[in-house]
Amino acid sequence: MTSVMDQTSSPAPVPSNELLEDLVGVSGRRRTKNAVMTGLMFASVAIIAIVLGFVLVTVISKGWGIVHTKFPHWFTDDIPPTARRVGPGMKAAIVGTIVTTLTATVIAVPLGIAGAVYLNEYGKRNVFARLLRFLTGVMAGVPSIVMGLFIYVFWVLPRHQEGLTGLAGAFALACLMLPIVVRATEEMLKLVPQNLRDASYALGATRSRTTLTVVIPKASAGIISGCLLAVARASGETAPLIFTVSVGASAVHKTNWNVFSGPNTALSLQIYANAKETLASAQDRGWGAALTLIALAFLFTLVARVMSARLSKKTQ
Amino acid sequence: MTETLAIQTPHVGHASEPSAASGSAPQHSVVFDVRDLVVHYGAFTAVREVDLKIHPNEITAFIGPSGCGKSTVLRCFNRMNDTIKGARVEGTVNYRGVDLYGANVSATQVRKHVGMVFQKPNPVPKSIYENVAYGPRLAGLRNKGELDAIVEASLRGAALWDDVKDRLKSSALGLSGGQQQRLCIGRALAVQPDVILMDEPCSALDPIATARIEDLMQELKAKNTIIIVTHSMQQAARVSDRTAFFTTEVNEANDRRTGVLVEYDRTDRMFANPSDARTEAYVTGRFG
Ligand SMILES: Nc1ncnc2c1ncn2[C@@H]1O[C@H](COP(=O)(O)OP(=O)(O)O)[C@@H](O)[C@H]1O
Ligand SMILES: [Mg+2]
Repeated sequence: MTSVMDQTSSPAPVPSNELLEDLVGVSGRRRTKNAVMTGLMFASVAIIAIVLGFVLVTVISKGWGIVHTKFPHWFTDDIPPTARRVGPGMKAAIVGTIVTTLTATVIAVPLGIAGAVYLNEYGKRNVFARLLRFLTGVMAGVPSIVMGLFIYVFWVLPRHQEGLTGLAGAFALACLMLPIVVRATEEMLKLVPQNLRDASYALGATRSRTTLTVVIPKASAGIISGCLLAVARASGETAPLIFTVSVGASAVHKTNWNVFSGPNTALSLQIYANAKETLASAQDRGWGAALTLIALAFLFTLVARVMSARLSKKTQ
Repeated sequence: MTETLAIQTPHVGHASEPSAASGSAPQHSVVFDVRDLVVHYGAFTAVREVDLKIHPNEITAFIGPSGCGKSTVLRCFNRMNDTIKGARVEGTVNYRGVDLYGANVSATQVRKHVGMVFQKPNPVPKSIYENVAYGPRLAGLRNKGELDAIVEASLRGAALWDDVKDRLKSSALGLSGGQQQRLCIGRALAVQPDVILMDEPCSALDPIATARIEDLMQELKAKNTIIIVTHSMQQAARVSDRTAFFTTEVNEANDRRTGVLVEYDRTDRMFANPSDARTEAYVTGRFG
């Protein structure tokens, strides 16, 4: 009791100057540093937002006209056979982009995931795994036009005119996607805690079973985001398609759903071909194609985000 | 569950050896018979020359300072060391007459007889039901009714059924730490193991959850043999029938630390009058 009395009645302690400075005075230099860094961060966000906003506003304002006049003809008509002709029709390129990208995804995603599973679950640090990892890095650095040339030389040329197909384009895109998928998946697999694998092993599961039932499901949300990144990237590529789906960028105007035979076209190719034209009619279609491509990429991203969020709610 | 590990031919190992302190007990009265066990991680020798026998329907506690190789030895009983790259096991671990490291013994089959509960509760990110059904499904069970029955029995066995019976389909990650650990015990029970290994199962839990797990262990003893690693001497004294005390020996020549088994005895005797000075120092709290 007395000690409590003592404490309440004793005078308030006088803080020393050092303590005051230490506790209260965040130094002026630190404060300015903080302000400068905050400012820089806001500035970089603003720059990104401005550039993106500018691109979006330009593409929408220039592309919207042709997309929505005579709606839905933009989506249901083939591309006019001559640049001079005015008006919509981009179905051939929309279909081309969707089927080539989809085919590339079907090729690259399973292969890439399997490769990453090998790297992280089986190979780890052995010689073959290291080599594979190194080659994946090299592959990621190869310019996309070189991928196109590679497929052109080894797949298209031996088949002459028959070689120009959506499939050839898909091969080139898949080469581009593969390293992205492998890298992203391996990073996600690395994040799966060892104790989950142990849980499965301790119940008598084999490594393959553990990988399929525990490791991949746990990493699935991240794997999907990574794959989507690759799909979004591939869907906008022009260079790998120039030599692989048709001769030149503007040769195909008719819709071709068949990836295995016949030349094809793509939105990116149509942007490229029409942007080169001096005629307003063609340029309008170029902008329309750009808007469509951006919308498509946005749609991909949205779908993947939703899937990824659903999965991570289930597995985290 | 089908018993597929080859235990039909209990070869009588070490028969010529002079009978150990406990007398020449018949083979089947011992669950594990460990002789000259040495475990290396790469060039590093983690533990050496461990000899001990694990008795059925008992709780055996492994105690000792951190890093003395308790977990390492424990992981030899279900061959979990196989999953660690560079780990090598020498000596013999006999499980009811079968050499666990024998040529034809499959590690995954061993783990169906010898279950394990880890230090950190590790339910897989699936529903409570799926966690428990995981082992039976591995064994090929598909029948919904049978699975339901096993899940219920296992969760009852782990004293978790009443907590979760209304939310079997919800994520196991929504459970509290203590419930998660009991789920892990239930999951181990679902494959009807003979032995359950527990590596510091309570170290991430509060005292109440710890008490529940300890009670549960006493119940499980009727059917199972339990080996528990614990850093708490009080826990060892409370729950175990036998205690093995490990410590590290430092090799003066190369400054390498190696774990050794110092003393292994009935728990009451070990804590009342340990025969080794190092054990005495440890159990009286003067060391470690
Ligand atoms: N996976 C591993 N790789 C290499 N060394 C390990 C590994 N696991 C444990 N060790 C080493 O083996 C020794 C014994 O470890 P452990 O069995 O975990 O001890 P305890 O469980 O008694 O604390 C320690 O020196 C530890 O550093
Ligand atoms: Mg340990």
